[in-house]
Amino acid sequence: MKKLLIGNEALARGLWEASCSVISSYPGTPSTEITEFAAKYDEIYCEWAPNEKVALETAFGASLAGARAACAMKHVGMNVAADPLFTLSYTGVNGGLVICVADDPGMHSSQNEQDSRRYAIASKVPMLEPADSSEAKNFAKLAFDISEQFDTPVMIRMCTRIAHSQSITELCDRAERAIPAYEKNPQKYIMMPAYAKLRHPFVEERTKKLAEYAETSPLNTVEYGDSSIGIITSGTSYQYVKEVFGDKYSVLKLGMVNPLPPKMIKDFASKVERLIVIEELDPVIEEFCKCLGLSVEGKSLFSPIGEFSQTVIAKALGAETAKIPEGLPSVPVRPPVMCAGCPHRGMFYTLAKNKVTVLGDIGCYTLGAQAPLNALDSTLCMGASVSGLHGFNKAGFDGKCVAVIGDSTFMHSGITGLINIAYNGSNSTVIILDNSITGMTGHQQNPTTGYNIKGDPASKIDLETLCRSVGINRVRVVDPYDLKACDTAIKEELAADEPSVIISRRPCVLLKYVKPKTPVTVDPDKCRSCKSCMRLGCPAISMKDGKAVIDTTLCVGCGVCTQLCAFNAIN
Amino acid sequence: MNTKNIIISGVGGQGSLLASKLLGRLLVDEGYDVKVSEVHGMSQRGGSVITYVKFGEKVYSPIICEKEADFIVSFEKIEAARWAAYLKDGGKIIVNTQEIDPMPVITGAAEYPHDALDTLDSLGIDCDRLDALALASEAGSSKAVNIVLMGRLAKYFDIPYEKWINAIENTVAPKFVEMNKKAFALGYNA
Repeated sequence: MKKLLIGNEALARGLWEASCSVISSYPGTPSTEITEFAAKYDEIYCEWAPNEKVALETAFGASLAGARAACAMKHVGMNVAADPLFTLSYTGVNGGLVICVADDPGMHSSQNEQDSRRYAIASKVPMLEPADSSEAKNFAKLAFDISEQFDTPVMIRMCTRIAHSQSITELCDRAERAIPAYEKNPQKYIMMPAYAKLRHPFVEERTKKLAEYAETSPLNTVEYGDSSIGIITSGTSYQYVKEVFGDKYSVLKLGMVNPLPPKMIKDFASKVERLIVIEELDPVIEEFCKCLGLSVEGKSLFSPIGEFSQTVIAKALGAETAKIPEGLPSVPVRPPVMCAGCPHRGMFYTLAKNKVTVLGDIGCYTLGAQAPLNALDSTLCMGASVSGLHGFNKAGFDGKCVAVIGDSTFMHSGITGLINIAYNGSNSTVIILDNSITGMTGHQQNPTTGYNIKGDPASKIDLETLCRSVGINRVRVVDPYDLKACDTAIKEELAADEPSVIISRRPCVLLKYVKPKTPVTVDPDKCRSCKSCMRLGCPAISMKDGKAVIDTTLCVGCGVCTQLCAFNAIN
Repeated sequence: MNTKNIIISGVGGQGSLLASKLLGRLLVDEGYDVKVSEVHGMSQRGGSVITYVKFGEKVYSPIICEKEADFIVSFEKIEAARWAAYLKDGGKIIVNTQEIDPMPVITGAAEYPHDALDTLDSLGIDCDRLDALALASEAGSSKAVNIVLMGRLAKYFDIPYEKWINAIENTVAPKFVEMNKKAFALGYNA
């Protein structure tokens, strides 16, 4: 049966067809749907782990027990999971182990543009890179075979365009597989120096064997055309090359991007007059070609920044591109915004009003950085708000400052920073924006929500108890819809001479169980056009003919704007 | 045949996902190679949303670049103008004339260009306008803007009307099929 699937769904299908039975992941765009789709198969145990390190270690444990296991994460999640990755390369696997990592060239929804291939090279783990949904499915199956044949974890590199593009995929049945018994093997699985020293030569030998495999693997293919230009490419870049040139030039398409096949590349190079590598982000293949002593062009023609397209490739190689008509109307940008009724808004408004320096974190609440709230001072990575605030205060910052972090991000890596605040004693105030869901990635459950990935009831972390137990005595909960309560809490906790946590608690308005209240409206006779309500940056409020108006199709009746109106015009 | 390219542009939350699902289903059933591409994540929070639908004998790139679109189906007025540079010479824009203020307009940092479509007209760009929100409401739900616009798009395709209706039946929840069929017909005949 043929179906139109996004790359992530096809990859999940491939994991299922390959009889994978355990998947542990942390959500992150553009990787989230891999695990969401996998969770629809009853034969696979799936879970949202608190972070990517826990996820990969869980997958390791499942592999050790003999299951075929996987985990999925976005590129920056690989940083968090890097610790187990590097030593997993030494232990190898029992059941096959596949790590799916999704890069985001162009930063559609990310804080940086790092190239995950560097991790595969550094950890000496093979990496496959599909170019469409059909390949994503087939490569997942092949990845498990490679994992077990060569005793190694295998990475599959996705990118936004492959992960979120639908293409036609042929569906197959799930393969039957007996789970091999676990056998104690200290020299393979206990990585203390004496045993690790024995494993490192194995890893080097394995890389040589994998490079041999890459020479003849069906993953790497050559399409000979005109010999004037030979293009080496992979993944989504391959599709752009074919879109521009069709079968005109010779193309070496790499489905396995680590290790690379030196003989195959040299042979291809010898048959073409001009050798060009087309790869998004870092010059990984290009550098490899240069190490082989080949004369090659790559980043001299193409930027290491952002996404490619057929037009980018056509322009760089001098092919004809369309002329854009002049005189098109200029239109205002339409950036993403915090939703009408977003519980984060009341807290951000109060922080901005009190001129508090705010160290931010990763989630929907990063949108608080935008006008008119302009409420954030920094955003680095998951958890950095809390640990960063500690350092900010230790440096002697003389003023009001807080950290803001979501419930899911706090579970991911905020708690360790809070332990540091308590243990090493900085007078820091951390605000947990608890909207009871992982919001930005599209509503995934987490340890604070009381539900698991399937929506079944699960153990629920009590944030108040958790914060107190690490040594924070001042822990209080406020409703961010209550501006006065937010103001009091911020003022009192900043004035206190010990560390504190404010839990700003109200579920995301987009959650199904959150029922909107009656929308509020503006009485134009009472409105004095003071624009106080406009300072909230609520998408439901705008000014028409000098008076505030509220779009009742967007308003959920949160009532925050009514508290700001000094003339009682909003009801 | 050459690959045909359709851009669906709108605002997060307007239901462009269902429109691309419907088109994808229909075109696969018609035997074409199909690619549909959208970006999830930040764009869901009321930002501009763009979906590419491409079909033909063999489709390579999942994305559509400047001057490559045969059709731009826009769910909102200025989202049509935003992507106009992507329209091929001789291509057609189908646009819902509804205006949704983006944040810079709400905060007063920018003006909403109400005459954006007239500017496109003056450049000789074919803009087929309809009040899809009113038609959707007439069909029974303001959320059916997406299906009204698909009805309009169907007018310019050689695919029989019944095939589109089949695709609707296979894509939307059973209890909304009748309402969506009505919305589709209103868009088709508008």
